[in-house]
Amino acid sequence: MSNRIDLCFERLRAQRQTAFIPYICAGDPTLDATCRIAAALEEAGADILELGLPFSDPLADGIANQLAAQRALAAGATTRGVLDCVRSIRRQSDIPIVLYTYLNPILQFGWAEFHSAATEAGADALLILDLPPDEETDQSATDSLFHIRLIAPTTPEARIATIAASARGFIYYVSREGVTGARATVESSVAERVGLIRSHTKLPIAVGFGISTAPQATEVARIADAVVVGSAIVERISKLTDSMGLEEGVRSFVRPLAAATKQPGGMK
Amino acid sequence: MRQPELVPDARGHFGPYGGMFVPETLMSALHDLAAEYERAKHDSEFQEELAGLLRDFAGRPTPLYLAVRLTNHLAGAKIYLKREDLLHTGAHKINNALGQILLARRMGKHRIIAETGAGQHGVATATVAARFGCECVIYMGATDMERQALNVARMRFLGAKVIPVTAGQATLKEAINEAMRDWVTHVRTTHYILGSALGSHPYPMMVRDFHRVIGVEARRQILEREERLPDLLVACVGGGSNAIGLFHPFLDDLSVRMIGVEAGGEGISSGRHAARFQGGRLGVLQGTKTFLLANEDGQIELTHSVSAGLDYAAIGPEHSYLRDCGRVTYDYATDDEALAAFRLLAEIEGIIPALETAHAIAHVTKIAPKMSREEMIIVSCSGRGDKDVAQAAQRLL
Repeated sequence: MSNRIDLCFERLRAQRQTAFIPYICAGDPTLDATCRIAAALEEAGADILELGLPFSDPLADGIANQLAAQRALAAGATTRGVLDCVRSIRRQSDIPIVLYTYLNPILQFGWAEFHSAATEAGADALLILDLPPDEETDQSATDSLFHIRLIAPTTPEARIATIAASARGFIYYVSREGVTGARATVESSVAERVGLIRSHTKLPIAVGFGISTAPQATEVARIADAVVVGSAIVERISKLTDSMGLEEGVRSFVRPLAAATKQPGGMK
Repeated sequence: MRQPELVPDARGHFGPYGGMFVPETLMSALHDLAAEYERAKHDSEFQEELAGLLRDFAGRPTPLYLAVRLTNHLAGAKIYLKREDLLHTGAHKINNALGQILLARRMGKHRIIAETGAGQHGVATATVAARFGCECVIYMGATDMERQALNVARMRFLGAKVIPVTAGQATLKEAINEAMRDWVTHVRTTHYILGSALGSHPYPMMVRDFHRVIGVEARRQILEREERLPDLLVACVGGGSNAIGLFHPFLDDLSVRMIGVEAGGEGISSGRHAARFQGGRLGVLQGTKTFLLANEDGQIELTHSVSAGLDYAAIGPEHSYLRDCGRVTYDYATDDEALAAFRLLAEIEGIIPALETAHAIAHVTKIAPKMSREEMIIVSCSGRGDKDVAQAAQRLL
């Protein structure tokens, strides 16, 4: 079976559209709520879902995502719980799911065990923030569960080529030096760097880290094949409660971001 | 026992431990750092400048001091103290800080950041930053700032900006997270002077090499004085920088046994400790694969020690490797044992040790009486205890 991520980008390419990828932290505020938030995100225009498996020491993340992970762990999120959550989302939807996490939770679960459990639950890819491809010796499990590769503004061109060679699904370009979190502007080097990466791969390129507003999403959508918005949504979720209409709050916040991403046109 | 191989390999692996487990943004800076360090290692000008600073600025060589009254009191092996506590800034940490600031200068990086637990590494970093006219930012857990207030004031007098970290349990681990976040954000202009034999390659190797001077001197001094090698080396192990510095030059001397002493906190069964080899598991934290304290889901567990410098969830990767080889054994001392040793060394030798160091002394008080008077121990007196006096007074006076 083809990976849902490949199918998704094929479809969007035919429609000349940019993918919108929201990030949320599983278990924040609860795992049950995460399933409902996922449905709301899809209704609001999400093409791919990036789902955080919370870790106690997320050193690539800014304060919004750190606090979300803390809330999720305090609320009782476990690795098995998050995989159950993936399973529930999968029962109601075919949206591609990328699990976003750090290496230690996966190592404790067992590398091979985690790959088969995540695949069985319905996840499509894994993005491990602190696992550069250099340290990945066992790639046997990545056929069904893609490993999304990160490229940073500081990655030299020779390394871009190496990373791109082992990439599947899409490449995630980190749009700026720094941790996740909202920023006022989009880094001016993004277009040039995305162009450079394109010269080394035919895979779609997603751009994330720091994109929080509709105008920023439109700006990046002109260059990239996918736009990732994380901390801004996470922060919004932290301010919503069930009694205030959690799902409706998420939908109304995300809809303009998704729409801004999907505006046709561009120079890709 | 297996003879340890020459480690790490080119990518920083000590057997199955170590490595480079960091976000992609840092990979290029770490590769550059490793390459620059390799060049500096073979550059006689760099080595001479470092040796000169260690001698004239830091105060090396440090004495190897025969602790006569402690030896008589324990009525067993002869005990020598390697007096790193006599160095400028009061601990071994200055060895590494000087080495790394010279590297930073070679790389044209004028902004220096560091984490600190007990504050000794922060003080050493602030000191070398002042000496070389660099901007300096130190991340320190808010809990540690409270229990090591003297060192916070010292860093500020030295011109460093000390930023409190309030996340999690607000100790060393959280300070490292924040320092790494700063580094990811300012990587082109900033050098991160990591303070222990921890983190991603090349830090565990580089920090070890900068502290090897401890063991190199001790080996020469004991041979001059006793005309033979010691039987046992003892050092406390947080990340493990003073221990690896003392142990490493003796690794090929198979007659020399070595013991690293972790923080047993309130006892292993209490769950409130920082003894990674007692109930820890293999995992990855802050750039390196090693033994650490985590729950079954891989979430890092809270640690406890009376000593801020040992209060950390992971151990340096080379220590995990040396333990596997059977070359070094690891034990622990509890808070109470460390406090008793702190008091004993002060009363009997006129030396107030750091609470970290007191863990090593505590182990010596247990093991020396079981050894013969012909045997010799060298214990790393890694730091002085001025910073801990207020805290110890609360517990002991």
